[in-house]
Amino acid sequence: MTPIGSDNADSPPGGLHSVPASTGDLAELLRLSGRGDEAAFVQLYDATAARAYGMAVRVVRDPSQAEEVVQEAFLEIWRTASRFDVSRGSAVSWILTLVHRKAVDRVRSAEASTRRDTTYHQRSQTVEHDSTAEAAQASMEARRVRQAMGSLTGVQRQALELAYFKGYTHTEVATMLDLPLGTAKTRIRDGLIRLRDTMGVGQ
Amino acid sequence: MNESLHALSGAYVVDALDDDERASFEQHLPGCLDCQAEVASLREATALMADDAALTPPDSLRSSVLAGIKTVRPLPPETGARQKPEPVGTATTMAKVLPMRPRRRRIATLVAAAAAVVAVGAGAVYQPWQDNSSSTPPELSAADQVLAASDAQRHSLELDDGSTATVVRSLNQGKAVLLTRNMAAPPPGKAFEVWLQDEAGTMIPAGMMRKAGDHKLLLECDAAKATGVGITVEPESGSAAPTTQPIALFELKGA
Repeated sequence: MTPIGSDNADSPPGGLHSVPASTGDLAELLRLSGRGDEAAFVQLYDATAARAYGMAVRVVRDPSQAEEVVQEAFLEIWRTASRFDVSRGSAVSWILTLVHRKAVDRVRSAEASTRRDTTYHQRSQTVEHDSTAEAAQASMEARRVRQAMGSLTGVQRQALELAYFKGYTHTEVATMLDLPLGTAKTRIRDGLIRLRDTMGVGQ
Repeated sequence: MNESLHALSGAYVVDALDDDERASFEQHLPGCLDCQAEVASLREATALMADDAALTPPDSLRSSVLAGIKTVRPLPPETGARQKPEPVGTATTMAKVLPMRPRRRRIATLVAAAAAVVAVGAGAVYQPWQDNSSSTPPELSAADQVLAASDAQRHSLELDDGSTATVVRSLNQGKAVLLTRNMAAPPPGKAFEVWLQDEAGTMIPAGMMRKAGDHKLLLECDAAKATGVGITVEPESGSAAPTTQPIALFELKGA
């Protein structure tokens, strides 16, 4: 990795995601970005864009829309980087939270007008596993996460995936999984707690 | 326990709340250290899910982002506006308890305030971290510590059933306790829910009382800035916002 602050803003994007920056690096890169350091921001982008883009593709489905979402989100990250507070969480979760929120806003607003007509269709096609996962880049971390996801109950995992990767509200998730109203949010929370504790993050 | 709102933490971090729920939760978050900690830790877990979804983005995305930032100026850091809210009230600025007359107006205010939050939220810059201080007072205070606090302020009211209820607040501890003596039982299938009213007039769930008699209830969340404490009759599972007129409303001043 090039030294922080070096002028590599125009260098090619070789080795994308192959050298993920450590947590502390990302926080530092975010801090420098907040001061207008474009080179630091490029490094930050290269270290996180694959996760941001892959997640956005899962949520909005259409790759070109996912691209727009990620672009908007990264411009927002650049603009608001000075508001990041490392005492409240990691840089990567801050970044992905912004991207996810934009992706979900995108699908909700796009679907708002058509959702009524397609409810049956959505309900009948949702639960099978997402095939875009096949294209995911293999990494040790990803494998550990997959194992941790596998340790959740089926309902926890399905509820979590429908919410996070498909952008449905917990009320919609409850309907899709035939859960009593109000219990999907509990399954989502339980699933996240289990994932958190299995992976030993956020302690 | 603040079940109804606290239970939304997981759905909140995966953006699975509808707009109203999100607004309620974001109202609640700044005053609740438990929820802040849980949201922060669950966000780390959520971020892991994206590891498994990673896909190499097209080079065109990188170029657009890099071209884009050249036209956008980063916001300056926030300076004075985010400092720790210091309890500033003193004994002399605390008002006496007022009679419980303006119930209707209060409810109307909170409905208006909630609507305003939704309206503002739609256009506001979204920030994953709430604009609240991470250095709010530590959550060490048991009810007895509040009652024994040197700066404890007491506000008593007589309820319609003839019993007495008292709110004791310590600004230094940022906590309040509700005491009841010989309180009548809630109607069948119902419970008493206690609310902290914030500066905007919004009622934040602060605890439940399900039985008759004596209670010593440590109210949840930061009470330092609360402007009032209300009690309403709600379904046993609790509500996210009051659905009935208060049976008691304590006005707190000087926060």
